[in-house]
Amino acid sequence: MVAKKDAKQEVAVTAEDLAPVPIKAILLADSFTTKFRPITLECPKVLLPLVNTPMIDYTLAWLESADIEEVFVFCCSHSKQIISYLNSSNWLNQPHFSVKTIESHNCISAGDALRLIYERNVITGDFILVSGDTVSNMSLTQALHEHKERRRKDNFAVMTMVVKQSKPSQVTRQTRLGTDELFMAIDSTTKQLYYYEDKADEFKGSLTLDKSFLAENPSICLHNDVQDCYIDICSPEVLSLFTDNFDYQHLRRHFVKGLLLDDIMGYKIFTHEIRSDYAARVDNFRSYDSISKDIIQRWTYPLVPDVLLSMSTERNGIYRASEVSQSRSAEIGPFTCIGKGSSVGDNTIISNSIIGDGCKIGSDVSIDGCYIWRNVTIEDGCKLKHSILCDGVVVKSGAVLEPGAVLSYNVVVGKDLVVPCYSIVSLLPQPVKQDSDEELEYADNDNNNSIIPTINTVENGDLSNNWVSSEIGEGSRGFVWSVSEVDHEEEWRHSVAPIPASKIIELTQAAYEDLETVLQDDPLLPLPDEKESGSESDDDGRDESVYFEKEVEATFLRAVHENIKEDHIILEVNSLRLSYNMALENCASALFYSMMKLALDTPHSSAAELVKNTNNIVTRWGKLLKPYLQGIDDEIEVIMKFEEICMESGKEYAPLFVRILQLLYDSDIIQEEAVLNWAKEKEDADESDKVFVKQSEKFIQWLNEASEEED
Amino acid sequence: MPDTHALVSDFLNKLKKRKIEGSKAAAKLTAELLRTVISQQRLPNTNQAAALIHAIKAIGEQLTAANPVELAVGNIVRRVLHIIREEDLSLTTASIGGLNLQALSDDEDNVDRDDQPVLSAAAVAAAARSTLRPPALQTLIEDVSHSAAIHHSSSSAGDSEEKTKSTDKNSRSRKLKHNVIETVNELIEDIATCHESIAEQAVEHIHHNEVILTLGSSGTVIEFLCAAKEKKRSFRVFVAEGAPRYQGHTLAKELVARGLQTTVITDSAVFAMISRVNMVIVGAHAVMANGGVIAPVGLNMVALAAQRHAVPFVVLAGIHKLCPLYPHNPEVLLNELKSPSELLDFGEFSDCMDFGTGTGSPLLQVVNPAFDYVPPKLVSLFITDTGGHNPSYMYRLIADYYSANDLVLQQRPTS
Repeated sequence: MVAKKDAKQEVAVTAEDLAPVPIKAILLADSFTTKFRPITLECPKVLLPLVNTPMIDYTLAWLESADIEEVFVFCCSHSKQIISYLNSSNWLNQPHFSVKTIESHNCISAGDALRLIYERNVITGDFILVSGDTVSNMSLTQALHEHKERRRKDNFAVMTMVVKQSKPSQVTRQTRLGTDELFMAIDSTTKQLYYYEDKADEFKGSLTLDKSFLAENPSICLHNDVQDCYIDICSPEVLSLFTDNFDYQHLRRHFVKGLLLDDIMGYKIFTHEIRSDYAARVDNFRSYDSISKDIIQRWTYPLVPDVLLSMSTERNGIYRASEVSQSRSAEIGPFTCIGKGSSVGDNTIISNSIIGDGCKIGSDVSIDGCYIWRNVTIEDGCKLKHSILCDGVVVKSGAVLEPGAVLSYNVVVGKDLVVPCYSIVSLLPQPVKQDSDEELEYADNDNNNSIIPTINTVENGDLSNNWVSSEIGEGSRGFVWSVSEVDHEEEWRHSVAPIPASKIIELTQAAYEDLETVLQDDPLLPLPDEKESGSESDDDGRDESVYFEKEVEATFLRAVHENIKEDHIILEVNSLRLSYNMALENCASALFYSMMKLALDTPHSSAAELVKNTNNIVTRWGKLLKPYLQGIDDEIEVIMKFEEICMESGKEYAPLFVRILQLLYDSDIIQEEAVLNWAKEKEDADESDKVFVKQSEKFIQWLNEASEEED
Repeated sequence: MPDTHALVSDFLNKLKKRKIEGSKAAAKLTAELLRTVISQQRLPNTNQAAALIHAIKAIGEQLTAANPVELAVGNIVRRVLHIIREEDLSLTTASIGGLNLQALSDDEDNVDRDDQPVLSAAAVAAAARSTLRPPALQTLIEDVSHSAAIHHSSSSAGDSEEKTKSTDKNSRSRKLKHNVIETVNELIEDIATCHESIAEQAVEHIHHNEVILTLGSSGTVIEFLCAAKEKKRSFRVFVAEGAPRYQGHTLAKELVARGLQTTVITDSAVFAMISRVNMVIVGAHAVMANGGVIAPVGLNMVALAAQRHAVPFVVLAGIHKLCPLYPHNPEVLLNELKSPSELLDFGEFSDCMDFGTGTGSPLLQVVNPAFDYVPPKLVSLFITDTGGHNPSYMYRLIADYYSANDLVLQQRPTS
């Protein structure tokens, strides 16, 4: 069997050596997401201008310079627009570079697209799989060579993923491209990929790996500083795998993870890390912003504006096309690109912005960090910050666009109107029902001349309703899209606007807290500002103990619901105690708190019932407290905790203080000595602190008497 | 025709993608492309030269626009245009007044190469223009320089062959095209052999026990140094590594492989080392009409250091690097900003380019210019394939190789 296989491989090798298979590429001209809505309702994403050049041009130019001979452009939504664009450009008649289009209308995911391509049977050898929004200048030779070498040795190495080092932001836990933080486990010598998790955000910086996984692969390297470039070198098996697993939709979420988990077939994925080359994918508005700036800063050389569009370069990253008319008093700031035939009026200030062809910008306008596409008119006195303005937008005089605004095609913003942060305005009404399935891509809108959205996305029929909407003010045209609740929270994440300072502060705090917990997990790492909890800074200790309490409570509740044995809970609480570096009495009070809370949360109608509930819980779970109550001090701690509960979270307990104290005494959780000591301690306290001591005066007295009697 | 079209667009593409490295390669490819274009160009019966010039100019404009920084391309286009004009002129002269000359050349096939053009040139110069005829000057130069023996013989052989052919065909049909192609072939040959013809002069400049400093890497410099080594000169070379591309490292390897004493220094150590240096020898990207040099970045610093210590600063440049333009605006027009990744590792600095935080404007900018401009006063000597020249002499050489009508290739002037 082995010999046979070898022979087969050898034949393949010789054949390959004799006639080098022309490397083909599949370019998915559809991202199958809705991140660029509403713009993508009218124009396919790959044709959106990125520094005044359609994205697909970057991808094709790169593929061409990487010596790819044949590219299959897979068009789905807006396929007519893409095909007519390719026809009008000269991509289709290059001498050594053939571009062919494959059209489909019913694909809703990358998986569908690849299945369709498999059916067409156009790919026979290794191929490059990219999407049409990739910007790169990497040389594929090395990666292809590595892939081929591996294939020669191991028939199961079906895919090589291109990755690039890129650190995620400390603050937002996402890369600068706005995608979620990515975790990858890569074998440092063979470069095999073992683990891929791109939804790492949910774990808040922690992730779980199977222990056996570590045991099997002793030399893996876990990365969170790599960026997936979404450039894959695939063997033809990949297509058939997609066909075999008809439920694979998403390239990463389903295919890559599926292959990594499935060890029956034994297919392997490898990575190729690029160092000096650039590769990134425009995934959302945030990455649109970052990549545009990278292009302006020439990381993508030679795919830079002065080469692609023969603009002239000036100092400070200013690019100017021919026939720009600019007023003498206008100030063009750094990192700005101005397209052909645009005009800029007096005293206008433009910085960090990209302005397309044929734009008219009036006087006294300030533009910062904006992406202005073709034929946009901005009248006098407007203020624009970090916005995207699509083709044909008109901003009337005095209007203000606040950061994050997106104006889709031909929207008109009325005079002196203020467009608030993160507004999305389009001439198309928002689909009434947002499809819950995130996988569904934007509308298959081929009749781009009409404004009627297709049926599957928009419950339209409101055509009689004039779309000259007054929704956004006098003289304006366009519908304001509202963002759903879930997205609302996240809108700053994927916008071109920088993250507001308040959010950053919020995130930094969260990040530090997370950092602390992470650091405490690992006693080898010295804490930058390690403090005994509560000794120096009460705030820190308090924060930690709050977290600890929450954890304990969660553990306890789970135990109650799942009826876990006490021993196990104690074990868990012990481990929590160690990880949070807490004392024994903290455990006791935390557990006690959880019990009380549970009692309080159990539905009850009267105080008596509450006492009964508490009694039940204390008798059932009281044993849990035992290991932590080793001395009188611990018990006093519990009483104090109870006092605190009565004062703060569980005011209902306040009148019942004595009864429950007695209950605790009866169930042997607290000894009389503790109560007496507690009362003694409290003697010197303020009047306000003595409320409960007074309440329990009788009980204490009784205890005193009892002890005396014993004596 | 469609064939040439495809060739042109292919070449344009390569220029655009910055796939052609080095001015020598660019010059050679341009000359070869133009040769094909000329040979495939259909010419009308009248005014052939004008038609040819028009065709070449049209292509030349596209070529220079594709990569305005690669000046060699424009130079070669202008050279070819000049060749066409010259050939046209000599043909007309021959047909008008040269009947006696023609008889002479018919009688004697192996006419002295130098005499005939000079004669015809003199006649033409008197009749048509007041400018000096290039062949005359060229002979002058070649006489002056003690070099270019191979070059001389080879080109003279080609020339005489061409001349005999041309005169033959002159008498029958005026084969302008043929002559032009022959001369372009010579040009290609010149470009191909420019390294050798420059290297031959090495012994005159490099002496025993000298210390030579160079920066970065240049094919011409390697040949030059090795030629001196082969002539049993023993000397030491300091190689400044030439950040950010560090081509000095490859140069050092090459030199060591050929048995030269080599010392690698950082660019920033140039000033410290220059006092021990006897001569700075560097390559160039282009030589401008005023004698200024467009050279790899860092060379201006070296030139200044050399001037401070009165060390001769010698620039080696093949004749295709001679550009008839003046560097009015060198920072903008004649430079190229390369990718910052040559300086920084993107991954290490990606968190500095997180535009989501802060003001949203990039705080980090990396400028990576490819070239420096070295003003003519800092250059001591140019060594071209026709010999050594003073910077102030460059305009004369240029007037020799290019005709004033071709200086502007673009229909609309560049801003």
